[in-house]
Amino acid sequence: MKITFPHMGNMHIAVKALFKELKIETIPPPPVSQRTLELGVKYSPEFACLPLKVNVGNFIEAMEIGADTILMAGGWGPCRFGYYAQIERDILNDLGFSFDMIILEAPESRVTDLLNQLRLIGENVSIWQMVKAVNYTWHKLKAIDYWEKCYERYLGPALDKQAVNDLYNQGLQQIDEADTKQKVTRTLQELETQIKQIPQHNKPVLNIGLIGEVYTILEPATNYNIIRQLGELNVTISRSIYMSDWVNDHLLKGMVIKSNHKHIVNCAEPYLNYWVGGHGQETIGYAVDFARQKYDGLIQIGPLTCMPEIVAQSILGKVSIEQGIPCMTLYFDEHSGTAGISTRLEAFVDMLGRKQVGQQIISEGGF
Amino acid sequence: MDFYLGVDIGSVSSNFVLMDSQGKIHEKVYLRTEGNPVRAISTGYSILKKDMTQNQQIKGVGTTGSGRLLAAVMLGADVVKNEITAHAVAASNLYPEVRTIIEIGGQDSKMILLKHGIVNDFAMNTVCAAGTGSFLDQQAARLGVPIEQFGDRALDSSGPVRIAGRCGVFAESDMIHKQQMGYPLEDIIMGLCEALARNYLNNVGKGKKIEEPLVFQGGVAANLGIKKAFEKILGMQVMVPEHYDVMGAIGAAYLAGETIEHNRQATSFRGDDFVLQGKFSSISRECSGCANMCEVVCIRRDGEALAYWGDRCKKWENSLQPSSKKAAGDTMAI
Repeated sequence: MKITFPHMGNMHIAVKALFKELKIETIPPPPVSQRTLELGVKYSPEFACLPLKVNVGNFIEAMEIGADTILMAGGWGPCRFGYYAQIERDILNDLGFSFDMIILEAPESRVTDLLNQLRLIGENVSIWQMVKAVNYTWHKLKAIDYWEKCYERYLGPALDKQAVNDLYNQGLQQIDEADTKQKVTRTLQELETQIKQIPQHNKPVLNIGLIGEVYTILEPATNYNIIRQLGELNVTISRSIYMSDWVNDHLLKGMVIKSNHKHIVNCAEPYLNYWVGGHGQETIGYAVDFARQKYDGLIQIGPLTCMPEIVAQSILGKVSIEQGIPCMTLYFDEHSGTAGISTRLEAFVDMLGRKQVGQQIISEGGF
Repeated sequence: MDFYLGVDIGSVSSNFVLMDSQGKIHEKVYLRTEGNPVRAISTGYSILKKDMTQNQQIKGVGTTGSGRLLAAVMLGADVVKNEITAHAVAASNLYPEVRTIIEIGGQDSKMILLKHGIVNDFAMNTVCAAGTGSFLDQQAARLGVPIEQFGDRALDSSGPVRIAGRCGVFAESDMIHKQQMGYPLEDIIMGLCEALARNYLNNVGKGKKIEEPLVFQGGVAANLGIKKAFEKILGMQVMVPEHYDVMGAIGAAYLAGETIEHNRQATSFRGDDFVLQGKFSSISRECSGCANMCEVVCIRRDGEALAYWGDRCKKWENSLQPSSKKAAGDTMAI
């Protein structure tokens, strides 16, 4: 069994670690490229959203280099994602690929359901080894999240953006290579010390909250690397979602750790009191939460035609006025020109900066 | 006499203005980009240059528009700004009280809301270019009416027909249908203008609070039919500035002036010889450095690389910085 899985940001580092512990060979898809998207667009239904197209491209490219089993997450509710695993299986079957597909569904209620699902995959190891593997993977996942947070925090104020970018990529590689829990912890500590030492400028730095659909937030290849673009405009970012949150809420149904999900859902009141699928309610909840924490602005992102985000977008206008926080929505689809996105980001950051410091800032060209 | 040069390289038009330190426009050039911004920049500059005398000098350069980076590289810009900021600066210098700017260009349409001369909110069209200049161009050609007369013909209409404005494709088939039914051309054109104004307010305006004073600028502001349609639908007075078609460039010139005066620095303008004597060319290649396979564009002058863009890792972009110039070499050996 040579297992592959879709890309979603830096998730591959954790998934690779998990399967190594389970003594199963993995073949991660090549990084998302123009070709991945071309393949995905060619073989997917035109009206499907971008994540499906990238998934299909990932799977085709992974099978080209020898993968024979696909691991994919399931889902439920109004968001189309829940059905994507099935659709993808049909598409790939029609293309003549032969493969097995394992779909991880969130367990209904009990921890044992989850363990049974994993048990099917981890047939080479004992229960004890499996628990250890899950524990180690979780630790790695948290480490990646933490490193991403460091990046989002230190890129904006950094004088030499390239130094931060380079260190970030190096760091991901080091975390990938660290093969015990202790090594992961130590690597992360060293990396944090290094990133803190990178010289900072003294220009104003804005705080922007990035909210919206999970896949476009996590996968830089689908969001024009929005975090780096904003960082280079001297902005620090906080995201509404990180990988471990998604795994915890979506796949493990909050069994591993208690999340702040309840708090966020409460924040969404009275604007959106119902679960509308995907992360629509969370988008509103985080918008309010970020506004209360006095962030300078919000950017909502999602794939074009994303229903939960469309619902959220129509409510965000009201949130923006009542909570007094500027908000911009960007939808992504197959489109290779970055000028449109850069212009909107630059204009938004310009606007926030001038609001903050007044007319002065334009003349300095500070943003 | 000293001038600030403002350049706005858009998808459809390339605009140039020469502005003095008092904000007076001495010269403006409006060109069609025609898919060749490199040529548009050198042609535009040479036209401006022709009317300049020996003792007139360029003290600062600002660029904006989707081709702002290219223009910045070719001319040597002191400030490179997005269109939203440029348009807002131009309009608020002319009309300090302005609250709403409607800007419709070749492929973009924007709405900018200001408070006390500062941008408070803005929106741009997302995935649909219906209602922008390109679409009007296309429809004018299809109806056999020169685009310059499109607006005047619309004003002759006595009772505009209803045309679906939700989508450009529907609008076109609706128009064809109305033509086949025998409606007069004027009424169809005015109907289209109203449809486009509705489309703009629904797609770009999306429930934003539009307040007076309201300024309408961008190439499409030449179309009196659309102006009238906005006035009718909004029930407000719509002002069109004298240089409505080059407002982006004017904003860029203002910003250049502010930057130069505030920082008391000398301009980075490259000078006539650089712009007019050199042969500029651009090539694009797929980089094979990693799996991303970015499409990298290289701008060259007489064979020497001036700028790279399109690479996600910035390997090429940064290769031109003095410190790393040697490492990556001068040529594009991708």
